[in-house]
Amino acid sequence: MNLFAPDRSQYPAKKADGTNDIDLTSGKYLKLWQGPNHPGITGNMSVELTVCGDEVVEGKTHVGYLHRGFEKLMERRTFIQVFPIVCRVCVPEPDFNEYCYAAAVEDLAGIQVPERADWIRALILEMGRINSYMMYLGGQAGSLGQGVIGQWTTYARDLMLDRFEELTGARIYHMFILPGGVRDGLPDGFDARMEETLKEVERTLKDVWDVMFCNAVFKKRTVGLGVIDPSWLEDYGVTGPNARAAGVAKDVRKDQPYLIYDQLDFEPPIGHNSDIYTRADVRRRDVQVSVDLIRQMLAKMPRTGPVMATIPNVLHWKIPRGETYIRGECSRGEYGYYLVTDGSGYPRRINVRGPSYTHAMALLERMIVNINISDVAALMVSLHTYPPEIER
Amino acid sequence: MAMKPELMKRMVKGPDGLEFEVEPLRDYYCEAPPTVMPAAYIKIVEDLFNWARAESIWILGFGTGCGAIEMRPLMTPRFDAYRYGVQWRPTPRQANLFIISGYLSTKTLKRAIRAYEQMQNPKYVIGLGSCTINGGMYWDSYNTIKRLDDYLPVDLYIAGCMPRPEALLSGFMDLKKLIRAGKGEGANKYVENFDWYKANQKRVIHDWDMPDYNW
Amino acid sequence: MTTLTIMRELHTRLKALFPVGELTEQRPALGFVTVPKEHLRTTLMHLRVKEGFTHLVLLTAVDWLEEGQFQLTYLLSNRPLAIDLGLRVMLPRDAATMESIHDVWPTAATYQRELREMFGIDFPGSPRLHEEFILEGWKDIPPYRRDFDTLKYANESYSQRPGRETHDPATHMKQQLYPNGR
Repeated sequence: MNLFAPDRSQYPAKKADGTNDIDLTSGKYLKLWQGPNHPGITGNMSVELTVCGDEVVEGKTHVGYLHRGFEKLMERRTFIQVFPIVCRVCVPEPDFNEYCYAAAVEDLAGIQVPERADWIRALILEMGRINSYMMYLGGQAGSLGQGVIGQWTTYARDLMLDRFEELTGARIYHMFILPGGVRDGLPDGFDARMEETLKEVERTLKDVWDVMFCNAVFKKRTVGLGVIDPSWLEDYGVTGPNARAAGVAKDVRKDQPYLIYDQLDFEPPIGHNSDIYTRADVRRRDVQVSVDLIRQMLAKMPRTGPVMATIPNVLHWKIPRGETYIRGECSRGEYGYYLVTDGSGYPRRINVRGPSYTHAMALLERMIVNINISDVAALMVSLHTYPPEIER
Repeated sequence: MAMKPELMKRMVKGPDGLEFEVEPLRDYYCEAPPTVMPAAYIKIVEDLFNWARAESIWILGFGTGCGAIEMRPLMTPRFDAYRYGVQWRPTPRQANLFIISGYLSTKTLKRAIRAYEQMQNPKYVIGLGSCTINGGMYWDSYNTIKRLDDYLPVDLYIAGCMPRPEALLSGFMDLKKLIRAGKGEGANKYVENFDWYKANQKRVIHDWDMPDYNW
Repeated sequence: MTTLTIMRELHTRLKALFPVGELTEQRPALGFVTVPKEHLRTTLMHLRVKEGFTHLVLLTAVDWLEEGQFQLTYLLSNRPLAIDLGLRVMLPRDAATMESIHDVWPTAATYQRELREMFGIDFPGSPRLHEEFILEGWKDIPPYRRDFDTLKYANESYSQRPGRETHDPATHMKQQLYPNGR
């Protein structure tokens, strides 16, 4: 007798409209809430699981715990007043908000940014990417019980935060990339200290490879689990490492090079198995790509020249009617700002397109069906979602 | 608003055929209303208790806003909050300090109140970041509360947007001093002004489906 | 062939098939066209199947309160050609209903839920449309509408801590820079 054969009679029938016919009073099913607070997910998001035994038959994502109404607040602020609040949209990697917003305003106002500012912007974005991935690697290992990886990656992230502090004056919210350019150039001796930090990041990566990716338990629990079918990519708007792990080389840095990425030599990593292990591995290799990119940038970057373009008086800055969309490749996928102006001193509408919006809602609900409860955490983390950018 | 079906009282048949009643809104462990916790009968004993409390601050690992991102470095050797007896616990019943790490949207406020009421006495609340003090960046937002002390008894505020890990460590030190001096009376304040807090909470949480203690 | 000519040729092809409006060229790789409401679905299908615009970047709305209209923006991306096309659909503001496209892009259902909650635009047939998405127990008008005043709502609903000063930046800076008035 096979003790572990699933009893399919326990599974819910489908209603006419395709939804599951779940009768809670039958006692077969249990509603289980995972969240709103959940280790591994950076931010609050809950998943309402309907389980049968220990298998998930239906999952619904609930968001809104971090909603501050940014898109409404931005409409009430002048163009320069929006700048300090955009970075609060996404906590672990705030620079993409600053870049996308600044670039959108520059696009509509017709401002040409000095070349040196573009290089510094790209440098900051890559530093932020390393930070975000470091946080992810700790969360992914933590979701499967490996606490030590989080200690190491947080240490490496802290070193990178020190470089941020040196460059911008703040650890988390940098407010450095403003419409027209960046606030300042690189400080003296930055390159040498950055090189030390990069070496430490590489050393941490090697440790992470040895302890996390070569770990038999980690492999056993992640290989073959949580597969994103390549045919879903377009239906669900999957971008970034989640798409690259499925074998599609979607990377805005290559597809539509922004800033100075067309002058750099790099190849975004690709995986083919599309499971949790592959996604983690693609991100681990992407950290290495970012490290190489920072080295290239520091070698090629112009050291003199202006970092700010001339912008109008920010107190009376009016931008003619128009609409634009600016995208960048953040650590989770395509990050974009859709900005509409109406000729007044205030933006008419700003819409933030966070990659987590599609990954954590429709895609997660599709993927979560028929997996074990104990794997839900690993699956949620492996999509690398940041709830604040879903609800803003 | 109609009650959600999974919150309604109902009879459930278990897999073994046994029928039993389920009432999700009844909080099986919080039957009694919260009561004031009196001080020990001799001052020296109370001082001993307070010393012990001050040296074992266990934080509920519920990051409610952006401030939670600076908690993670505190758990690593660089800042190492553990050396002060501070550690993070996964459930409210094991924790005695609730750090409201940033803005609270009304939806999270409901969960935060629930978590706070499940914590054991004595318990303390720290408001972290400017947005817990007066709304901070989100002073005109329609979805975040502006003053945390209207809804939960706050023992200490740490200002900043966002406060650095060093500021948090310093905040823990100040909280220790408060507790040692016997001034960490937030939980008792909450009980004494229970109706006022509940009225405030109900004013902003429109979808109220929590136990009411209206026995 | 430059990106701009690709975009213009695409617009010519579209114009032969559907009554689309003029092309707004924001950048060579980004254009916007206005599409009548009833032709949106066929245009989207055509773009997805025939023209390779397989990636729905975003779906959002803009409230043009003065004109009494909502503008829905469907932004599509063609990755091999690296061009983006935004489709604008204008809806009357008082009876805002739009056809759901969740069967073309399943992820659109999330966007439509958000638009339903934040703007009050109805998408009949979209899954889980009437469940609460972000807000909980919301009783006021949808908050992203222009006529919703968030400051007034915040002042009425939440008690503010006294002592907060708010200045209009332009007048405040003028006073700081020229205290004697010039």
